[in-house]
Amino acid sequence: MSMALIELSGIERVFRLGDSEVHALRHLDVCIAAGEYVAVMGPSGSGKSTLLNLIGLLDRPNAGTYRLEGCDVTTLSAEEQAHLRSERIGFVFQSFHLVPRLTAAENIALPMTLAGVAPLRRAERVARALRDYGLEQRANHRPDQLSGGQRQRVAIARATIMQPALILADEPTGNLDRSTGEEVMRLLEGLNDQGVTLIVVTHDGSLGARARRQLLMADGALEHDRWRSPQGLTDVCVLPT
Amino acid sequence: MRTPDLIRFARDAATGNPLRTFFLVLAMAIGVAAVVLLTALGDGARRYVLNQFSSIGSNLVIVLPGRSQTGGFNPGNAITSTPRDLTIDDAQALQRASAVHRVAPLAVGTSEISVGGKLREVMLAGTTAEFIEVRRLALAQGRFLPQGDWRRGASEAVIGAKIRDEMFARDEALGQLVRIGDRRFRIVGVLASTGQGLGMNTDELVIVPVSLAQAMFNSNTLFRILVEASSRDSIDLAKAQLSEIIRLRHEGEQDVTIITQDAVLATFDRLLGTMTIAVAGIAAISLAVAGILVMNVMLVSVTQRTAEIGLLKALGATGATIRNAFLTEAAMLSVAGALLGFVFGQAGAAIIRQMYPEFPAFPPDWAVLAGLGTALGTGILFGVLPARRAARLDPVQSLSKR
Repeated sequence: MSMALIELSGIERVFRLGDSEVHALRHLDVCIAAGEYVAVMGPSGSGKSTLLNLIGLLDRPNAGTYRLEGCDVTTLSAEEQAHLRSERIGFVFQSFHLVPRLTAAENIALPMTLAGVAPLRRAERVARALRDYGLEQRANHRPDQLSGGQRQRVAIARATIMQPALILADEPTGNLDRSTGEEVMRLLEGLNDQGVTLIVVTHDGSLGARARRQLLMADGALEHDRWRSPQGLTDVCVLPT
Repeated sequence: MRTPDLIRFARDAATGNPLRTFFLVLAMAIGVAAVVLLTALGDGARRYVLNQFSSIGSNLVIVLPGRSQTGGFNPGNAITSTPRDLTIDDAQALQRASAVHRVAPLAVGTSEISVGGKLREVMLAGTTAEFIEVRRLALAQGRFLPQGDWRRGASEAVIGAKIRDEMFARDEALGQLVRIGDRRFRIVGVLASTGQGLGMNTDELVIVPVSLAQAMFNSNTLFRILVEASSRDSIDLAKAQLSEIIRLRHEGEQDVTIITQDAVLATFDRLLGTMTIAVAGIAAISLAVAGILVMNVMLVSVTQRTAEIGLLKALGATGATIRNAFLTEAAMLSVAGALLGFVFGQAGAAIIRQMYPEFPAFPPDWAVLAGLGTALGTGILFGVLPARRAARLDPVQSLSKR
């Protein structure tokens, strides 16, 4: 097995709601290797989104350590975390989160614009991405002129434009119909086949079942860590031993 | 983020909400236009007054009776001191001063002029031949009072342009005999029209020899003595010499006030300059209001664009990038407003100059620069708070907003 991309150990995340404390994550230990395809599943409120935000460096744990590609990122400054997000992590959201006033091409270019990539290289890479995702005809359309599937393709193109090691997708098919969702999942899985680590948060069982590894969350803790063999035959982890 | 990208991003964000941007720019523009226009009016008034005063004559030193300073009635003076009057002898004595070029005594009173059944009240000035040179007046017709003994004078009068028009209409005025008060005078000259101006309006003046005027007023005092110094540099010397001569003649008492045109000009200059600054200050308040508006609108913008800010953070934007984006937007709106206001203000000043050609309504450079600077300053200053708020937003909470 390849080197661990993500190592979470003893992660705690507590939210304060008025007087009460809500343990969104309790004592979580997870290890995800580079190139894995992981589905994080569980009922709402089980902490799967919190986990995704932590992995995506949008949130900080109250306790525990998070090692990304071997180095401890919990102690990094906000600035350094932003740089890591820019270069190593791509996000795909349920509601797409495209900037409404920017065209599809500009939305795809946005991470590179923020990172200060030269315009010429930017145009080149956007053109390739538009071609790869079949959006060439839509390059100068604004999000409100695109269908849901097209919007999510733009969002995936944007998530991959910086060639990240890790793609985090939060209910990527939640706002799409079945066939469009299927198409989007195939795109994401295609990226995973090229070696990108893919973590998908979903509460759709059939969607989660496509992943080679499923993390089942409940009440902020990991209930099951289920592996599907590459051949997709048996699930050794859940068999009683 | 590269600077051109930052500017383009801020521009797109600003134009993404045209109505909001329009009102913000308009508010800023009105503020700057107010500064430009009001200072143009204030400074125009200052220039107008200065021009009017300069036209009275150059190198002018005025001697007036009484020790009180210019401008203002001093009750103490009125009761205790009884200044000696200025006389024609005093005026003649002043001619001895080396720094003095010309001296013109001036006695002033009101009288009536009548000719051919027409009667009119006029301002009567008794003076000498030097008056026309000292006051830099021009004649339209005829000649001025002749040189000669100040104590004697022929019964000749020079009248202002308006008097000529009213008393003689289309008839020839020169050589005509008129009655002024209880004496008869022959018109020998008509002054060129000078239009409405500060000080004495020469268009409605009748000038006669000083000795005759004093006889008519039944007094031997002078209203003032106009002195022309021999050069601009010798004005101070002339002043000293004049005061020394008067002191000697008045038994060692310094009982006259000597004012120079420069002093009067400087006073008006200061006065109207201060007024212009005050007006600019008032106008600057509208700029401060515009600045607060910038802050308000930018704060609303941050709230409206919370999800976008969260997204930008997820995509790797640092807090500094987001802060710069919002600051750039505030600065751009301020610059646009300031430039637009500058154009409005200059256009307004140009319209005023068109309507009142004699009124030099040019905004002073300092006011234009201060107006533009204040607009930019307030815009950016009030943009800092919203920009910092945007930079500090928590990405997770921001992203969950829609």
